Amino acid sequence: MNSLDSYLFISSMLFCLGLFGVITRRNAIAVLMGVELILNAANINFVAFSKFNGMNLDGHIFALLVIVLAAAEAAVALAIIINIYNNMNTVNIDDVSELKR
Amino acid sequence: MADIVFWVISALTVMSAAFVVLNNQLVYSAVALLFTLFGTAGLYVFLWADFIAGIQILVYVGGILVLVIFGIMLTNKIKSVRISHKSMQQGVGGVVIFWFFIFLFLALTKAPWVVTDAVEPVGTVRGIGVLLLTDYLLPFEIISVLLLGALIGAAVLSRGDS
Repeated sequence: MNSLDSYLFISSMLFCLGLFGVITRRNAIAVLMGVELILNAANINFVAFSKFNGMNLDGHIFALLVIVLAAAEAAVALAIIINIYNNMNTVNIDDVSELKR
Repeated sequence: MADIVFWVISALTVMSAAFVVLNNQLVYSAVALLFTLFGTAGLYVFLWADFIAGIQILVYVGGILVLVIFGIMLTNKIKSVRISHKSMQQGVGGVVIFWFFIFLFLALTKAPWVVTDAVEPVGTVRGIGVLLLTDYLLPFEIISVLLLGALIGAAVLSRGDS
């Protein structure tokens, strides 16, 4: 039961839900939550392949680096979102299209 | 017994992830994200990754989730806890994502994965530490510099021009 396939199944479900959040949400912070779900799905894959490949610890290192990157990305993204809110008074990503004009 | 716990944890993870992307209230989404992250940490425990599970709880739940909730609070005029927002084109997005999931499912069930059995290690902290300071020393240093850069950049960005 606890096979590689079950972990891959769970992580693909998490990935699809995160992608769904990214493409349907219009609030920038909600999009950020979708990105976090996608990163978690990738991390589960890394650690699962690591276990089922003879407990090779390389996958754990990759998962660790992904977690650090997620933290950095969340901090910078939230700083940008707060700046957008201060300047435009909205965080709806469809309204923030100044660069297209 | 372990199987039942595993399926309960994975159901909790997936269902709260669905709640995160389908719910219309941002704070509720953030709280559901908490359960998803805890469930992921539980899956790491099942995968014998004790160190990653601890880091997941420390960094994601203790750091990123608090940042996200701060972001929600700072970018809304708060009248109540029901900070709502809208989603767009959930129908089309749902269909696309459904077919993408079918594609992924077929790919992962049809692929001939090579599985090597292993014995459960006593702990992974020692192995990860040794790897970080030998084989992965350069990525380790680069990611620490990147983290410093992101820290300074976020502080500069959110302080504004004043």
